[in-house]
Order: sequence, then structure tokens, then C-alpha cells
Amino acid sequence: METFIGKSIKRREDDRFLKGAGRYTDDIKLKGMTHSAFVRSPYAHANIISIDVSEAQNMEGVVAVFTGNDACGAFGVPCGWQVDFKNGETMREPLHPLLAKDVIRHVGEAVAIVIAETQELARDAAELVKVKYKGLPAVTDPKKAMEAGAPKVHDQWPDNAAFDWCIGNDRAAVEAALANAHHVTEMEYKNHRVAPNAIEPRSYIASYDVNVDKYTLYTSTQNPHLIRLLLCAFALGIPEHKVRIVSYDVGGGFGSKIYHYTEEALLTWASKEIGRPIKWTSDRSEAFLTDAHGRDHVVHSKMGFDKEGKIVAHLTDEYCALGAYLSTFAPAVPTYLHGTLFQGVYTTPLIHLNVVAPFTHTVAVDAYRGAGRPEATYLLERMLSKAAKEMNMDPAELRFKNFIPPFDGVTQPGFQTQVALQYDSGNYEGVLKRGLEMLGYEDFRKEQAEARKNGKLLGVGISTYIEGCGIAPSAVVGALGARAGLYEVGHVRVQPTGKVSVFTGAHSHGQGHETVFAQFVADKLGIAMDDVDIVHGDTDQVAFGMGTYGSRSLSVGGSAIIKSIDKILEKGAKIAAHKLEAAEEDLVYAEGKWTVKGTDKSISFGDVSLTAYVPHDYPEGLEPGLDFSSFYDPSNFTYPFGTHIAVVEVCADTGKVTLQRFVACDDVGNVMNPMIVDGQIHGGVVQGVGQALLEEVVYDDEGQMITGSYMDYAMPRADDIPMIETDRTVTPCPHNPLGVKGAGEAGAIGSTPAVVNAVVDALAHLGVTDIQMPVTPQRVWKAMQN
Amino acid sequence: MQITMKINGQTYSHDVEPRISLAQYLRETVDLTGTHIGCDTSGCGACTVHVDGAAVKSCTLLAVQVNGSEITTIEGMANGSELHPIQEGFKEHHGLQCGFCTPGMVMTAADILKNNPNPSEAEIREGLEGNFCRCTGYHNIVKSIQHAAEKLNA
Ligand code: FES
Ligand code: FES
Repeated sequence: METFIGKSIKRREDDRFLKGAGRYTDDIKLKGMTHSAFVRSPYAHANIISIDVSEAQNMEGVVAVFTGNDACGAFGVPCGWQVDFKNGETMREPLHPLLAKDVIRHVGEAVAIVIAETQELARDAAELVKVKYKGLPAVTDPKKAMEAGAPKVHDQWPDNAAFDWCIGNDRAAVEAALANAHHVTEMEYKNHRVAPNAIEPRSYIASYDVNVDKYTLYTSTQNPHLIRLLLCAFALGIPEHKVRIVSYDVGGGFGSKIYHYTEEALLTWASKEIGRPIKWTSDRSEAFLTDAHGRDHVVHSKMGFDKEGKIVAHLTDEYCALGAYLSTFAPAVPTYLHGTLFQGVYTTPLIHLNVVAPFTHTVAVDAYRGAGRPEATYLLERMLSKAAKEMNMDPAELRFKNFIPPFDGVTQPGFQTQVALQYDSGNYEGVLKRGLEMLGYEDFRKEQAEARKNGKLLGVGISTYIEGCGIAPSAVVGALGARAGLYEVGHVRVQPTGKVSVFTGAHSHGQGHETVFAQFVADKLGIAMDDVDIVHGDTDQVAFGMGTYGSRSLSVGGSAIIKSIDKILEKGAKIAAHKLEAAEEDLVYAEGKWTVKGTDKSISFGDVSLTAYVPHDYPEGLEPGLDFSSFYDPSNFTYPFGTHIAVVEVCADTGKVTLQRFVACDDVGNVMNPMIVDGQIHGGVVQGVGQALLEEVVYDDEGQMITGSYMDYAMPRADDIPMIETDRTVTPCPHNPLGVKGAGEAGAIGSTPAVVNAVVDALAHLGVTDIQMPVTPQRVWKAMQN
Repeated sequence: MQITMKINGQTYSHDVEPRISLAQYLRETVDLTGTHIGCDTSGCGACTVHVDGAAVKSCTLLAVQVNGSEITTIEGMANGSELHPIQEGFKEHHGLQCGFCTPGMVMTAADILKNNPNPSEAEIREGLEGNFCRCTGYHNIVKSIQHAAEKLNA
């Protein structure tokens, strides 16, 4: 019988995408649908003096214009995570209004929505809305935002801090260990701001059906149920059972489509006001200005080593920008998703991280592929490579010296870190060994030395990362400030004919759930993949769910489905035993049938399914039907890890960096579909490389974004990137039924420091010890001249 | 303004506003939503279609400019349920994840292979320079096009 787990099964979702038949939100047209456009602030910080909508309102084809002075002005979108100050003061949490009323706090903040018969008319009319502003000074850098006298984002508080936070060992103990260390490596840099840039811009259609008193919101989201909850219970205060959220096909997310955005709530509210459906699709300029960004940490770090090169202590202070308002997960990103990874893959005995998180006159910063872990990994991996150089050691050797020894989490316990977590299983030296082998590290060092003699600048950079994903045990995150549980729901409905419909709260926006989930469901039930359908992205079909982010779909969502399959097989066995006139204990289930041990008496899954729905000859007292829904709440995070190695050539004349090779050896636990895992790694790696070499969101001193288009924001293109060389080791996760760890973010976490380490390595003989990301030709050239 | 054009072999005639882009016309008026819009600066290539046999970014052309032309969009590539060799290459080599850039990638790939049936990896990458993919890291897109080249040359 054909099995599917572990095979590179081609994706069943591909045909519709390849034929141009995807169902993205902007592809949907509803009867009587109107279109909308926003009036957005050109100022980063201003008082609104007046808004005049009369001309727009009177334009032919305009259906309605709303501003913050209308009823919607009272509503705001909530934050989903609370991180209080170290001294116990509650997190400062401003209202994030659907439309700004009096004060503007970032460029692109919406002031009015114009609804019209066509998109063109809506945009024309938006230009007729007259807003008078009084511009005010702005602050966009998180460190400057905390300086005395900095312009304030929210006047009601004495300074810009939303909270401060620390984790790890006692600061004084860490400082003392640093003072006594044999060697201390120090770095000051910015992990700069980047824009997620899913190629599909955000798009929403809201409609209200007065006859059944029901709202439908089509939205390009990663988590339909979470949006429904936030929209109903917090933003608008409307009944949850009267709202349906639909997100069929979504063109990439990378975190930016997790959050509940103001436009979603405003369109939903307005659709009832005007009694017609309303569509809004962001254009790219709006996307740059209004989609939540990633990173933006100002970092100062010290790491102490003993004579042998063992890390003795690590102390870091960071300023992490949050933007003007708190986005859904924002407070968690520079704290619980970041500081908890400061152990890395090393045995560091003393760690302390202190974070100050201020508001800034910018769009929000929230989780972007990796969310907090790339920032932690960048810090550790740059520090390790810098320290190796300073101590005249090989960067691989320094890592081997400091690795946590291998442990499987079954016969050996998990590893307890200094920063709250317990790693599940790991073999960190294994991935580095394999990575070096894939690269041919020693040969490369010879080649590098040779090349240098000829004036050619080659460099190699290593990064050995760990990340925490499979997000997350509800009780743990609850204790850490999450305002929601992070379980997942898996509903398996066996149809009378034995065909299976699976409803998952996870959501695919490129990850291939329709294929991968069907693979393991088919295997566990011993049926054909064609007999399994995967349904997601519709709150009226799927009971509940928390969605897809934090590399959680398979480890959390998949586990919930497995729980339901277990219940189905358990009930099915009762029916089978009855039909076969055998004891349940005497049955085995394999290849889609129950067989009485040692006999050829059997009954198929299909026959048992039919019996469950036509229960004429049926076990006494057993309910008909074969349909189970389960919640799975993980007992721990999962901890994928790996080694990424980059080889670069730096042009001695121009400073241009060419990425010559990229080697990735990742361990994501068991693998359901290697083709898809490789694809996740490739994509993640290139996003990480993008941050290292090309991408940066730049705000000027007045808070204007000067990288607000694809002409100014440098996304990686096909000819910036070589083929990615991938391999894997497999250390199963010990605490979920599939043994999977998650692969969605790994690429973006490991790659960035590997690339910067390689550039610095190429220039080390010139005395270069660090270069600020993105390492553009200009920065490299400057570093070479100094 | 009245315009007439042949799209995927079928003739369409519409009265359109002169300011409407070809991409909008295809999506909104002709209802061919396979052509996607990912930017406003001709930067992403999601909107790529063929006009009289050459790949162009349909977001930067006005519909009225291509009056009388023959257009092929992603919807015109497959032969019923049978995928075009390029589409097949993308499926075979996992050249798509979220699928949003995919129509533009396939149309650009067709243009690359039309002008150069045996492209090297570097030539493929250069040919894709006007198309963003944020999901795949391009690796499998390159392999998909190599697969298609082999198929088409066989
Ligand atoms: S939409 Fe045409 S290039 Fe981006
Ligand atoms: S597949 Fe998502 S952008 Fe290319």
C-alpha cells in the first residue's frame, strides 16, 4: 500500500495557482460591491486642525465618506500581548483608532475612508478630502525616542516607553563575571527595520447581510479565527456568531498578515452603515507605510570568555521600536520571542538581557519571519565570530567548544536554559560538522588564502542557530503576557463513504497544507491521499483555530488532527469488533482495515464508516457517526536548529558583495515532505540574505519613509542569489506525535549573520571588525577605506 | 474609448476609460483575475502578460495602448486540464508557494525560453530580474524553468 509521509509529493494546490485560478481576496467580486480608498497622513506627527469632506462627499459615484468624527472614531484595534514594566507598572497601551481624529502618529495613518462605486472614483474623491495639519517634530529611532526631550508619541505618559523588561541571571552577577573574564567582545549596532513585503498586498471585502444579520469579511489573513475574535470581542463589540471570516488563498504573509489591522474593522463597520459590500486592496506604497514591519533593535552587547574560549557571561542592552501603536503581537517580539533564545546553542552560564521598548513615530513593528529569534541569532552569531577573530581562533572551533552536548529529550533530559526555556532535543555539533563538510571548509580556507594573494577578497561566515517554535503552550504564554491560548483545532469528519474531510484552524498562505496534511492523514488512516480533503480559511467551516505563524502548523495543527484521528480509530475499532464478532483487543488496524489477529477476517475503513452512519447492526450504546474535533495544546515549544554557511566575494574596487555559495544544514525534526521543507528553507534564507545585503526601511528625521517603493527598497532578485545547498539531520521532537519541529522560519533565522560574518571575514585582514547591515557597497567600501 | 483585442484567442470589445491599465482591464472588465497586481512602480512583475508575443508588465500599459493587440494571460497557457510545459515545470520542482507571483513568473519564463531555448542558470536569473518572488528564494523557479527548457527542446 502506498504511503506518503516523508515523500516529496507534488502539491495539489498548484494547478489552480498555475492556471491563474487562485481565489485571492482581490479576485472576489460581490453583488453590489463598492470600493474604497483611504486619505492618509503625509506627516509622521501632527495635529489635525480640520477635515473637510464636503467636496468628496458630493462627487458623483461617491457612496460615503467617514472620518474619526463619525461613530467609528470611538473604535480601535486591540493588542494581544501584555508586557508590564519591570517595576510592576502596567504596559502603556494607547487606543489604536480606526481613523485618526486629533493626532497623527505616523506617516500613512488613515484620516478618512472614501467609499465609491469604483476604485478609480474612490481614489479621485479621496484626493478631494481636505485635511489641515499642524506638523510636529517626530522621533523614529528607538534609542533616540528614550532621550530626554524626545518628541512624545503619546502625550499622556511621561516618556515614550511602552514597557521595559529583562530576562536571565542577576545583572550584577553577569557584570562581575564580565569584569573577571579573560577576554570580552563588545558590539554596538542596529538590527535594522525591514518590510515583510508579501507580494500580495493586503486586501479586504466586508459585507453585511441585513436579512440574516450577518457580517462576512474576506481577508488576506494568516489566522481567520483570531481576526474574528479580535474584531468581535475587542474592536467593534459585535457578536462573534454573526461574523464569518473567509481567507481562501493568501499571497504570502511572513507575519505581516497575522495582525488585526484597522482597515479590517473599519470596512466591517462601514459595510453595515452603507448596507453594501466594500472592498479595499492596498497598493504597494500603502503596504510600505501601513503593514507592520520587522526588527528595529538598537543593540549594545558584551560577551566574556575564559582562556580556553568558553563563554562565561553575556550581557546585552537593547532599545526596540514598537511603532506608534501596539500591533497584535508586538510586545512579545522583542521580549519572549527574543530574550528566551539568548542561550543559543551554547552552554553560557550567565546571561542577562535588558530591553526598553518605546513608541516611535513609525508604523508598528511586529513579528516578521522569525520574530525576535533572527535578532537573537544575529547577535549571538556575530559576537561568536567576532570573538573568534579577536582571540585568534577559528570560528567553527570556538562554536564546537561552546556547544551544548547532544541530547535526545527521551533518554536524556531536555536542556534547561538560563532564559526560561527547556530545549526539547538537539545535536548542534552534528549540523555544524555536516555544514562544514558540505562546504569543504578546509579547502575553502586554502582557496581563500590563495585568492587573497591575488587581491581577490573571499570570505566565509558561519552561523549555528536555534529557534523556539511550534507556538505555543497556552499556560506558558499566558504567564508571559499572551491574552490568548495558542493551541490548535483539528476536526476530522469521516463521510459515510469513508472519504475524509479535515478542517484545520491552521492556514496556508504558501506552505502547502492541503498536500502535507493530506499526506499524514492518509498514512495514519491507511487510505489514499485522494480520499482526504483539507479545509481551512473559513470560520463557518472550521470550528476554531489560532492560525499559522511561529512555524506551528504541523507541530500544533497537525497534532490536533492526529488526536482526532486517534479518536476515530478508537471508535472505529468498536464498530469493527461488533461487525467481526471479535474482541476489540484482538483487532489490529493497518492498511485501511481492522483485522482479527492471526486470521484473514477483516473489515475496511470504508465499511466501518458506512456502518457508523447506517447503524442498523451496531454496538449497543455507541453513538452513530464518525466525526471528531480536538484541541491540541503543546506541552513545550519545539526547537529546530541548524548551521548556515555563506561564502562571499567582495569587489575590492566597489565594495559590492556577491553571494557565491550558501550552505544550509537544518534539523527541523521529522520531515513530512522534503520538497516543501527545502522550499521553506530556500525562501527563508533569501529573506535573511535580503536583510543582510539589501533591504532596509529608512525613515528620515521628520519621520518620512524614504524607502517606500520597489524603486527604493531593495528586495532580493533572482540574480542576487545563488542556488541554495541544503541538507538535513533529523532529531525528532520528543513531545508531539509526528516528531516535527517546524521549518517556516529557520531559513530567515540562520542566514543573516552567516552573510555578514562572511563579509567581515573577507575584509578581516584589512582590520574590518564589523559592518552595519545591510552591507551595501557604500558601507563596505567605506569600511575598507578606514 | 472603444477598444478591441484578442485575449487568449477570444475577441473582446469594451468601452473603457483611457486611464485604465491593461492589468485592471483584464482583472476588472474581462474578469481574468490570474494576472496579479503586486506594486505600483513596475517593480514586481506579478502582472506580466504577453502582448503580441512579448512579455510586458500589464500594470504599466494602458488598456487603450494595446487596442488591436493579441494578449495571452496565464489563463491562456494550459490546454484544458493539461498544463503547459512551463506550468508543469513549476509543479514538478515546487516553483511556487503562495502562488501570487506565479502567473507573472510563468509568463516571463515563456518569454525567456522563446528568446533563448537553452538558457544557462545565469541567463535564467537575469531573465527573471523583473519579477519578485518572496516565497521561493528563486531556487526552485530556476529549476522549474530548466525543466521546461528540457521539455520544450525534447
Ligand atoms: S504590478 Fe506590474 S510590476 Fe508590479
Ligand atoms: S510564490 Fe509567493 S511570491 Fe512567489
